[in-house]
Amino acid sequence: MDLKDKLLSSFIAFENNVDLDNPVHEVRSEAIKNFEVKGFPTKKEEAWKYTSLNSLQKVDFSIFPKQENTLEYKNVKKYFLHEIDTYKIVFIDGVYSSYLSETTHDGVDVCLLSAALTKPQYKQVIDVYFNQVASRDESLTTLNTAFSREGAYIYIPKGKVPKKPIQIVHFSTGNEAALMLQPRNLIIAEENAEVQIIERHQSLTENEVFTNCVTEIFAAKDANVDYYKVQNDAKTASLVDNTYIAQKDNSVVRVHTFSFGGKLIRNNLNFYQNGEHMDSVLKGITILGDKQHVDHHTLVHHAQPNCESHQDYKGIFGDKSTGVFNGKIIVDQIAQKTNAFQQNNNILLSDKATINTKPQLEIFADDVKCSHGCTIGQLDEDALFYLQSRGIPKKEATALLMYAFANNVLESVRIPELKKRINKIIANTLGVRVGFDL
Amino acid sequence: MLEIKNLHASVEEKDILKGINLEVKPGEVHAIMGPNGSGKSTLASVIAGKEEFEVEKGSISLNGEDLEELAPEERAHKGIFLSFQYPVEIPGVSVTNFMKTAINESRKARGLDDMPANQMLKLIREKSEMLEIDRKFLSRSLNEGFSGGEKKRNEIFQMAMMEPKLAILDETDSGLDIDALRIVANGVNKLRSKDNAIIVITHYQRLLEYIVPDFVHVLHDGKIVKSGTKELALELEDKGYDWIKQETVV
Repeated sequence: MDLKDKLLSSFIAFENNVDLDNPVHEVRSEAIKNFEVKGFPTKKEEAWKYTSLNSLQKVDFSIFPKQENTLEYKNVKKYFLHEIDTYKIVFIDGVYSSYLSETTHDGVDVCLLSAALTKPQYKQVIDVYFNQVASRDESLTTLNTAFSREGAYIYIPKGKVPKKPIQIVHFSTGNEAALMLQPRNLIIAEENAEVQIIERHQSLTENEVFTNCVTEIFAAKDANVDYYKVQNDAKTASLVDNTYIAQKDNSVVRVHTFSFGGKLIRNNLNFYQNGEHMDSVLKGITILGDKQHVDHHTLVHHAQPNCESHQDYKGIFGDKSTGVFNGKIIVDQIAQKTNAFQQNNNILLSDKATINTKPQLEIFADDVKCSHGCTIGQLDEDALFYLQSRGIPKKEATALLMYAFANNVLESVRIPELKKRINKIIANTLGVRVGFDL
Repeated sequence: MLEIKNLHASVEEKDILKGINLEVKPGEVHAIMGPNGSGKSTLASVIAGKEEFEVEKGSISLNGEDLEELAPEERAHKGIFLSFQYPVEIPGVSVTNFMKTAINESRKARGLDDMPANQMLKLIREKSEMLEIDRKFLSRSLNEGFSGGEKKRNEIFQMAMMEPKLAILDETDSGLDIDALRIVANGVNKLRSKDNAIIVITHYQRLLEYIVPDFVHVLHDGKIVKSGTKELALELEDKGYDWIKQETVV
């Protein structure tokens, strides 16, 4: 049985375990119908031209883990940003781990989507926000919606700021030969609220994992949201990440995506601006080797005047790795005075590495500033010689140059310990230890 | 110290150096002058080991050791320093961290442990004061947004930190105003000793008023066509390079 059929038949079993009177049941049923019609995307679709999910569909994934697993904190501590105090929402093989988590209802809600979808006190918020910005026809998103039950639920009321950043961590333990996970996150920052979130998917074994994640983020007037995606997973882990963001007047949402590991990663990052004077920030660092594949598809839809967006993605590709950057910007006719900036720079370290980069601008307003640029190059030989002539060996000099190349993306990271951590991962990925902390 | 014999070098099959002979002894300062395109910067790069250049014939040796097979960093570890005409910008890496890395890598190559942090800071303080470099400057990203003068001063600061046996200053005077030139030249002069040597590559005589050479060589079309003492530099300043070119043709 191929994966699509297996998912369709699993849906019935899934629905038997949930409350059929719940209004979300309607949403799920609608979604599975859409998925049934569409199926998995193929390379014939323009948006999936360079990324194939074929081999994943041949794997016999378990849709529901059969038994629960536990993890000792000391064994997985390194995957957390443990240098600072944070709230934590942790899942093991898709199941919530209260032992590893630290949630709160103190002025803000940092808890589970499963609770929010079933308990009456959350109904009002769920009715207003759940599945409101996520696509209703993109096939992987609808697949996730159909199976949406568990994930993070973060609600920051008007004017509130949580005491500390929030980490969302998904572990897979290899309990199953192959596991498919479909986490669903809902994040709402009401007027003038502020929140910082770090998300990580981490496989702990060589067993195959396929995560199809959907995150909806709502930033109301004057809200400020920072979302950091740390993608440094095992070589047998694949991830399709679908993130949808709805922004209102004067809000600022920044999403940083750090892609250093994993087998196949597809990031669909979609910003919908609906208001004036807001800023959307999309930044990414991708460093790949082996046969890894990362595909960044971004969309920024400017629907109102006087807004800004800033995109800056840097990629370093070694061995036989492949990268994709497709940055779409839509500026509606009424969205005058839009300032949209997009930059994608890439370095290829080997003859066999590939990057496909494409800006896609659809501008219907006439008084806008839209700049975009993409570059693909090799390391600057003159710069390398400069460093070597100061006694720095070629390997370390190469790493320093790559670090310098990607560095400005880190400037907007607002958690210093996270910045440090990312620098360490970069140094590890590049296989060097220079004489100071990168 | 440095011995260059019949050196021929090319880049992308274009011959640039066509038989250079040069001997530099400890304690000496040599100036290499010449018109644009004569091969001055190429000579500097070839000595420092830039891979882009192909050595076709001849040899370069430092204290009797042939350099041909050595990578640029290995040459640096042996005491060769090149002050670049166009220093490269490295965002995100501060001057201080860069110097730490450079010094400790060179120490590692000599089998030494990392320099203790307090000793490193002391050295940095000492050398930056010598070149009148502001403390704030040291925490800035290497060369990023530096003015031409700041870049050159930073090069000489690096030279002071690395304490090379043989320093090659490639057009260190270009882009410097007179005050900066004086500071840089003073710094270089303080680093002169009977044990090290300096090659000053310049287009103009101006720098040589401050860093007084023992010998002056004129490079033209990949060859040293005239050698003399510091008076030769003055003569060149007076007559220009055309005089040399004509003399060569004759």
